[in-house]
Amino acid sequence: MLHIINKSPLEKSSLETCLAVAQDGGIVLLIEDAVYAATRGNTAAARLTAAQDRLKICVLGPDLEARGLADRLIEGVTSIDYGGFVDLAAEHKSQSWL
Amino acid sequence: MKFGILVNEGPYQHQASDSAYLFCKAALERGHEVHRVFFYHDGVNNATRLTEPPLDDRNIVKRWTKLAEEHKLDLVVCVAAALRRGILDENLAPGFRISGLGQLVETGIEADRVVTFGD
Amino acid sequence: MEGVIKKFMFVNRKAPYGTVYALESLEVVLISAAFDQDVSLAFLDDGVYQLKKGQQTKGIETKNFSPTYRALDGYDIEKLYVEREALEARGLSEEDLLVDVTVLSRKEMGALMEEQDVVLSF
Repeated sequence: MLHIINKSPLEKSSLETCLAVAQDGGIVLLIEDAVYAATRGNTAAARLTAAQDRLKICVLGPDLEARGLADRLIEGVTSIDYGGFVDLAAEHKSQSWL
Repeated sequence: MKFGILVNEGPYQHQASDSAYLFCKAALERGHEVHRVFFYHDGVNNATRLTEPPLDDRNIVKRWTKLAEEHKLDLVVCVAAALRRGILDENLAPGFRISGLGQLVETGIEADRVVTFGD
Repeated sequence: MEGVIKKFMFVNRKAPYGTVYALESLEVVLISAAFDQDVSLAFLDDGVYQLKKGQQTKGIETKNFSPTYRALDGYDIEKLYVEREALEARGLSEEDLLVDVTVLSRKEMGALMEEQDVVLSF
């Protein structure tokens, strides 16, 4: 299942709940303000790194670039474009953690 | 693959409509079909033709209209949510139509995938 | 598409009244009943506050829509799932809720979500 998150982890608990609910083998895609979670030094980054052995973590590149943080993406997180987003959404059912 | 898209936020205030638009464009470029884009909650505000953004900004409403024209998209605005917010046939932008919530459930049934954009 | 029955899950993660999402989500749920689909509702995070007993909205001059949750079984919508951790984090228990629900852990909720054909979040 594709889990789409769009909130900064310091603003809302969406990422935390999602990581607890998501079943092993799922994909977490960070878009909009959620991309901050996958940047070096953010307090949520460690949680994402810890989740990587059971979930695939992706970030929407254009959203990361727009926020000036493309050079701070943490290890192991895949940056994708809108086409990549479409591919993930075609391959998996999705849940948006609004 | 047939996508159904749900947009729950209005233009400009939130990035949801931009994200949904860019997703639709990318899906169409990849040869997928967009079965319907359903606008709900404040998302109905994407459908007013009275929007006039500054010239150096994107025109979110016109962009949806253009995409609908080019790809024969079905842009549906929820009637109950629209009436609450003053979106009526007389101020509806081209390419949009006002209909019932059943159209959202129908998209869930008929599309292969539904992707939601909101706050 | 006649005769197609899909599993629909409506995911509610927002409290009522502060924003309109809970009310308008309930409106979709009621409409979905007319389509004879396999519908379930999930309440996570602040969404559990939607089901709190004793809502009195006169003072904020807003319609109290919480009785509608009790009317859902009349529409054959009987699968209501509530996240255990969300209740605990908010000092609530099942007795505080105005309808009968099934309480699930986050992991169980995730497994149930995986079984769905369509997940709609508001």
